[in-house]
Amino acid sequence: MARAVTTQHKTIATVAAWIVALLIFFPILYTIITSFKSEQEAIQGFALIPSGTTESYSEVQAQSGYFKFFLNSVILSVGSTVLALIIAVPAAWSMAFSPTKRTKDILMWMLSTKMMPAVAVLFPIYLIFRDTGLLDSRIGLTVMLMLINLPIVVWMLYTYFREIPVEILEAARMDGASLWNEIIYVLTPMAVPGIASTMLLNIILAWNEAFWTIRLTTTEAAPLTAFISSFSSPQGLFWAKLSAASTLAIAPILIMGWFSQKQLVRGLTFGAVK
Amino acid sequence: MATQQTRSLARFMMAPSVILLFVWMIVPLVFTLWFSFLQYNPLNPIRDGFVWFANYKLFYSNPAFLQSILNTLTIVVSVLVITVIGGILLALLLDQPIWGQGFVRILVISPFFVMPPVAALVWKNMIMHPQYGVFADIARFFGANPIDWFGQHPLTAVILIVAWQWLPFATLILLTSLQSLDGEQKEAAEMDGAGFLSRFWYLTLPHMSRAITVVILIQTIFLLSVYAEILVTTNGGPGYASTNLPFLVYQKALLEFKIGQASAGGVIAVILANIVAFFVMRAVGKNLDK
Repeated sequence: MARAVTTQHKTIATVAAWIVALLIFFPILYTIITSFKSEQEAIQGFALIPSGTTESYSEVQAQSGYFKFFLNSVILSVGSTVLALIIAVPAAWSMAFSPTKRTKDILMWMLSTKMMPAVAVLFPIYLIFRDTGLLDSRIGLTVMLMLINLPIVVWMLYTYFREIPVEILEAARMDGASLWNEIIYVLTPMAVPGIASTMLLNIILAWNEAFWTIRLTTTEAAPLTAFISSFSSPQGLFWAKLSAASTLAIAPILIMGWFSQKQLVRGLTFGAVK
Repeated sequence: MATQQTRSLARFMMAPSVILLFVWMIVPLVFTLWFSFLQYNPLNPIRDGFVWFANYKLFYSNPAFLQSILNTLTIVVSVLVITVIGGILLALLLDQPIWGQGFVRILVISPFFVMPPVAALVWKNMIMHPQYGVFADIARFFGANPIDWFGQHPLTAVILIVAWQWLPFATLILLTSLQSLDGEQKEAAEMDGAGFLSRFWYLTLPHMSRAITVVILIQTIFLLSVYAEILVTTNGGPGYASTNLPFLVYQKALLEFKIGQASAGGVIAVILANIVAFFVMRAVGKNLDK
């Protein structure tokens, strides 16, 4: 009897959850569907079955050189994340393993820099970029994205490193491991998962950053965020192409995102919710 | 232990991060603060000069400035209400035993990974378009007139889009918190005959309160600076109907080159963000002590 009630309960919950989930996912699903329609089909009213043409995909590449923007997105997001890791790993390391009285204050201060609204520094940054020739350059934007994400990177690494038990280090030292051996054989294997998750989340954040990437680029360094925004100007109804470009822009990050749900919670709440 | 050596090594390892962030935070901000007291227009430099607080006075004499602040707050509060209440309900639902839970979670979390320009354009063209959008199709199906979202309810449209982007974030964090609730406590409450509502009110909600606080605070930081969603949908209009503070600053700085006014807007944005930041820091700081 009790079992029957549970099954019934589970069925209702399942149906409800699937309906809500599909509704939430619908705009993405519909974009993917529309990307396989022709332009005429796309504005002919609601239809869930596309004709399956891939002409929009080839046209997006042919007309606008889609691949260049995609490449810029990869270079900017991966580049800024790697740069941030190089700078942040030593900092997080020393804060986790030899904390001082001021460690907490420094961490909080770093977090506070993340709270500064971008618009507040829009014009000064624009001036600096213009006068140093960094406007529309990949280097300038990589540094910019690195700075934006640096606080999150330090924080995430710090929360991961802090979970590495110090006793293991001491045991290794007792066994006569040199500092170098200690780093290579003991610390690195334990730190790699944390570094990898930090990297994943920050690539996602940098990929989707849509203020500086739009304002500080024009053509050469423009990533997908800037490319997609250019579709907002009224140039007719190119929905199939817009959908194809959108699908390509979000697909890689969507898949990465699915794998990083847990890290996402931790990274975006600064370790406050695990 | 060579404490002196360790300490200087630690300082050396921290230096690059600290110096970079310090320069990044202070230098541009000082510029902005200085500009905010100037009449400064690169296109029309004749009247440039120090004007004290004239740029700030615009915030209660010029309707556009006041409206941009009101719009900013409307966006923040509405999206928070939608995502927190929606997030709690969704988290409760997804916490039930269901078939295909992993897949459902993936579907629900997905909008968060969609870059803002894509989210905004998809909603603008394929969902909310007054002629060809899905909403218009639905309205016609029921014999109603399609709504011209961006012409008549521009701010509501922006709020809906932004809420769609942030609902997954709230849901994911609240669900994570919900799953850490002690199962034994729940069972005990059930055995004592507590109904669903009283269990929710006296057990689940207090347990989630911390996560709810975190969701509210972190979302507020991001919601205060909504930008791309407005840029690609309404472009701030009609008039200033959907212009928020970041968008106004962008317009003044990079379209009209009224740098002084834009900078004053930037300073106001910093003050708004700082009020929120104060509470965020307290919430996160408490966690560090544990």
